[in-house]
Amino acid sequence: MERDDIIEYSLYNHHDENAGKAIRKKIYFVTLLLTAITVIEVIIGAFVKQSFHYWELVQWGFIIMTLVKASYIVLIFMHLGDENKSLKKMILVPYFVFIIYLIFICIVEALAVHSTWLNY
Amino acid sequence: MAQHGNSETEVEEASAWGGKVSPFKVSYGKLMMWFFLVSDALTFGGLLVAYGFTRHAFTGNWPIGEEVFRKIPFTEADLPLLYVALMTFILIISSVTMVLAVEAGHRMDRKGVTKWMFATIIGGFFFLGSQAWEWSHFIHGSELGRVQLEDGSLAYVRGEAGKIQKFEITKAGAHHKLGDVITEGLAHKYEHAVAAGRVSKDGSITFHDGAVAKVTKEADKIESLLIRQSGSKNHKVGEKIEGAEAGRYYEEAVTSGKSNRVVFGANLQQNEYGPQQYAQFFFFITGFHGFHVFTGVLVNIIVFFGVIRGLYHKRGHYEMVEKAGLYWHFVDLVWVFVFTFFYLV
Repeated sequence: MERDDIIEYSLYNHHDENAGKAIRKKIYFVTLLLTAITVIEVIIGAFVKQSFHYWELVQWGFIIMTLVKASYIVLIFMHLGDENKSLKKMILVPYFVFIIYLIFICIVEALAVHSTWLNY
Repeated sequence: MAQHGNSETEVEEASAWGGKVSPFKVSYGKLMMWFFLVSDALTFGGLLVAYGFTRHAFTGNWPIGEEVFRKIPFTEADLPLLYVALMTFILIISSVTMVLAVEAGHRMDRKGVTKWMFATIIGGFFFLGSQAWEWSHFIHGSELGRVQLEDGSLAYVRGEAGKIQKFEITKAGAHHKLGDVITEGLAHKYEHAVAAGRVSKDGSITFHDGAVAKVTKEADKIESLLIRQSGSKNHKVGEKIEGAEAGRYYEEAVTSGKSNRVVFGANLQQNEYGPQQYAQFFFFITGFHGFHVFTGVLVNIIVFFGVIRGLYHKRGHYEMVEKAGLYWHFVDLVWVFVFTFFYLV
């Protein structure tokens, strides 16, 4: 028996040719952006040695560029930017809560282990 | 927001959780794919944080990608990071072709979906092949290896290994007769002898069966030694030993008669490029990611056949392509982080 109370969410994302053109334009823009960031990263990575005194600054630069790339991939390529608010929150909030805590606690512990190795 | 055709992305708050509608306004399959991706992202996050822990706790010198990944297939050129950059580019482009397939699916353009899915699969295979080469190169190592000086300092060796013409057996062993001339697999056998400390002062090598061979070989051209780990006050980390002195140090290590004074490549027991944990994490994390890429290619192939058969067209929507796409983009997303933490930082 056909049920008429089921909403077919799979059809929600359909669009026409005009909307498609705009979306493709956005996709090509993101492609260029991701490529450009990668090229910059590789050029810096190939020429900057870790013995340089501004190496730490470069490391932070890499991490920021990575986060920019990651957010474009998630929000545009994975279309999370177009999903509804509760879905966005449900995916991003728990992840960031756990991962930020994990990074914090592990780096603190690692630095403690590091100084222990050096001093004892 | 409105670009996806459904102008109302939000559900009325009062009735959202009362049943019949999905508060997230997505189908069951897509929601479950997102759940899976969040858990998988935590797995990868955990692995990368574990790597960060080890690296921060380590008191010596940790290598960066520019020092380790310098070769390109089919050439002898010394180009830091260029090949990994190419791999990254391949994966980004295959992510783009995937998102174009999804877009074509939203217009019910079956030809478009077929074309872009095919391109995505090809990109996936290229990436897998590149990674296989990268692993093979990492395992086999450089021509000259990493050398341990007399005081225990460890140094990278830059230069060119001399060509070997032949081995002539001067003392027989269980598997070698007196007067035999060996002309095959010379470089590999010689590396083996160097790593095992079986090269004597006059340049002849001893095989495992006790046979001794005279080696006809051009001299190694050692350009420089770069100190990576200091063994005594004589050598500081970052110091560069150049010219004839570098050659003498290398020669001493090769003919010392001790094993592992020169190490070639990386495996789970020894690592030419740096601390042992570096190799272990490299194998595990890039291996785990490579396994994900492999799975992604399989999923893409299965969906591709569905597209060709017209399965999704009959269904009225290409959501299956979208779900496979989510996984494929996730694989690209993980690589962005692996690339940063293994090759750049």
